[in-house]
Amino acid sequence: MPLFLDDDQETLADTVRPFMASEAPISHLRALRDADDPVGFSRDLWRQFGEMGFTGVLVDEADGGLGMGHVEAGIVLEEIGRNLTPSPFMGTAVGAVEALRGADAALKEAWLPGIVSGETVAALALDEAARHRPQSVGLKAERQGNGFRLSGAKQFVAFGHVADLLIVSARTAGDVADEDGVTLFAIPRSRAGVSVEAARLADSSFAARVELDGVELDGSAVIGEVDGGRAILARVLAGVRAGASSEMVGIAEGASAMTLDYIKQRKQFGRVIGSYQALQHRAAHLYCEMEVARAATLKAQQSLDADSPDADRDASVAKAMAGMAGSLAVREAVQMHGGIGMTDEYDVGFFMKRQRVLAEMFGDADFHADRLARMERY
Amino acid sequence: MAEHLDIFRHEVRDWLEANCPPEMRTPMRSEKDICWGGRKFEFSSDAQKQWLEVMASRGWTVPDWPKEYGGGGLSPAETKVLMQEMAALGCRSPLQSFGISMLGPALLEYGTQDQKLEHLPKIARGQIRWCQGYSEPNAGSDLASLSTSAEDKGDHFLVNGQKVWTSYADQADWIFCLVRTDTSQKQGGISFLLFDMESTGVSTKPILLISGSSPFCETFFDDVKVPKDQVLGEINQGWTVAKYLLGHEREMISGMGGRAQGPSLPEYARGKLGRDEQGRLDDPVLRARIAMYEVRSAAFAAMSERFIDRLKARKIHPAQPSMMKYYGTELNKDRHELLMAAGGSDALEWDSEASGSGKAARAWLRTKANSIEGGTSEIQLNIIAKRILELPEG
Repeated sequence: MPLFLDDDQETLADTVRPFMASEAPISHLRALRDADDPVGFSRDLWRQFGEMGFTGVLVDEADGGLGMGHVEAGIVLEEIGRNLTPSPFMGTAVGAVEALRGADAALKEAWLPGIVSGETVAALALDEAARHRPQSVGLKAERQGNGFRLSGAKQFVAFGHVADLLIVSARTAGDVADEDGVTLFAIPRSRAGVSVEAARLADSSFAARVELDGVELDGSAVIGEVDGGRAILARVLAGVRAGASSEMVGIAEGASAMTLDYIKQRKQFGRVIGSYQALQHRAAHLYCEMEVARAATLKAQQSLDADSPDADRDASVAKAMAGMAGSLAVREAVQMHGGIGMTDEYDVGFFMKRQRVLAEMFGDADFHADRLARMERY
Repeated sequence: MAEHLDIFRHEVRDWLEANCPPEMRTPMRSEKDICWGGRKFEFSSDAQKQWLEVMASRGWTVPDWPKEYGGGGLSPAETKVLMQEMAALGCRSPLQSFGISMLGPALLEYGTQDQKLEHLPKIARGQIRWCQGYSEPNAGSDLASLSTSAEDKGDHFLVNGQKVWTSYADQADWIFCLVRTDTSQKQGGISFLLFDMESTGVSTKPILLISGSSPFCETFFDDVKVPKDQVLGEINQGWTVAKYLLGHEREMISGMGGRAQGPSLPEYARGKLGRDEQGRLDDPVLRARIAMYEVRSAAFAAMSERFIDRLKARKIHPAQPSMMKYYGTELNKDRHELLMAAGGSDALEWDSEASGSGKAARAWLRTKANSIEGGTSEIQLNIIAKRILELPEG
């Protein structure tokens, strides 16, 4: 498979691009923030995502979705990034859908229709500390009769404060850091014993601290096999890491497009500042980093869609590389704008805030570089 | 289509299994293992010669060139399959040359039918080795200011002047050379000549680099006669051909970051450094630097794959080779800095047997030229800024 978008994928991009630019541009984010919106995204827009088919991009056609792959999900996420569109797309349409792929028919039937229609919001509840360590799972799920009783806490649960469904990793056997003994659960947020505390983040999105206090579930809430959640979790994480990479590629594109426009207009010392080599070389270097990140991201998504054994590794490469390239893009954007880039009135700062959140989510570049080193045994 | 490729893949695999000598399925150990071809080339083994011959007989030294010019006539997808299968078996490249990577594509684009039939099959079979006469003592980054002259003498040109940094000029059979045919215009007064290095009046002198010996030479032309039909492209249109060819040279140099020879950096470091109880290199800061490099290297490998796929599908911006060249060479320099750090004082030995006559140190120093030759990193950034980002002239 060539490492560029095929004709169908280009067509999808041609649909998503104008939709996102007209329905949810940066002014949409600004309006939600200024209104101190307690949800953090527009439910109407989420339903529109459903009507356009975006929310079901990864859902099998038999289950009412588009039956497409991670490359296509990445196309949607890149535009979300470029326009800084607030939405629960990543947790719901990529993370939860990928998790439910490993679930039985009843769970799919319970959740997928709502996701496809843009009614349901789902959130991934995986992290238990400030740094991403998905392999250490301390939240306990103890057997009780036919079911389980869950207790523990999760944090950095994106849009968990309004999610209908929480995908939770829990320990059913062994110790906190053990490889095995992890089980994934699909838990309605409305369940007794679930409490969420919303935290607004730097980028105006919301993440929740979730506490489970003796939440009782029967076996039907288990995704896949008891104690066998690791493989599904790995696939969920690879999917959202690749997805977050696409969103960061979009952010870098958006920020650098705005910056290039600016330096082609702004005059100092009688010349447009974009004619100075000091800025040209930095802009050109940034362009290279962004292209490399884009290639690594598409590679990861193609690997995922081809069920390649390298998919997990490729997703870590993408997440690290897109994290670094995205970070450079937003830092250069603010610096090259000069003083105006520091003002709240100007949009470029929003890119910096969102990029910072995504760089952290599902592991930052340091985490993934270390992870790759461990995979290579050094 | 996919089915056809599967069948092709099986055929290729079987053929390679049957025809690639076992000695040619091991990693290259040194420069000597590279087959350059040419009149003066001495094969390092019978297997190397045999491998070149069987591959050339199928046109697979240049798989995507047309069959009539000695190529394999393969589609881009088939070529990729061949490369993948060769990589899977660990097959060495049967032939590497400037004829293949630089002149060939320019001949295919700008050559007359006679020129193509004369030169391409000899490149494909490794019979003629080419060198490139571009840079001059006073024309480096500003290449178009070159002054080697080609005076029109009716049926031939008389060439006088000097080239520098001519890689392997002393090993090469023919040269493709930029010369000035009109002094009234800069870019528009340059022509692209092809001529035999054995012509009367051509001489070469090796240049010693900071890494010790090197492939570079100074090349001198003293009243060299070159027949008029040995101009590639139109007279005074040589700059167009040169730019086209430079794009291919940049691709080749940029490839160094993606497919470096020898052990991987982590492997090398594992051999040199101790490891802690968890198997991690016991120098945590160096380990972190290596890990960050490896991320970029893996991402750049994806970029290289994407670049080649898009190039073959003609979906590439003409200035994109500059990006590949810039990123690939800077990455390669980083890699050798890390190899030197991992090697410690062992890597500093210059001529001991243990160090393979200073292999690490010499290679490290040699990489410093990667971001100079074929257009400096700064020139590549200028090209990207102006042609891709469309930033204004200063």
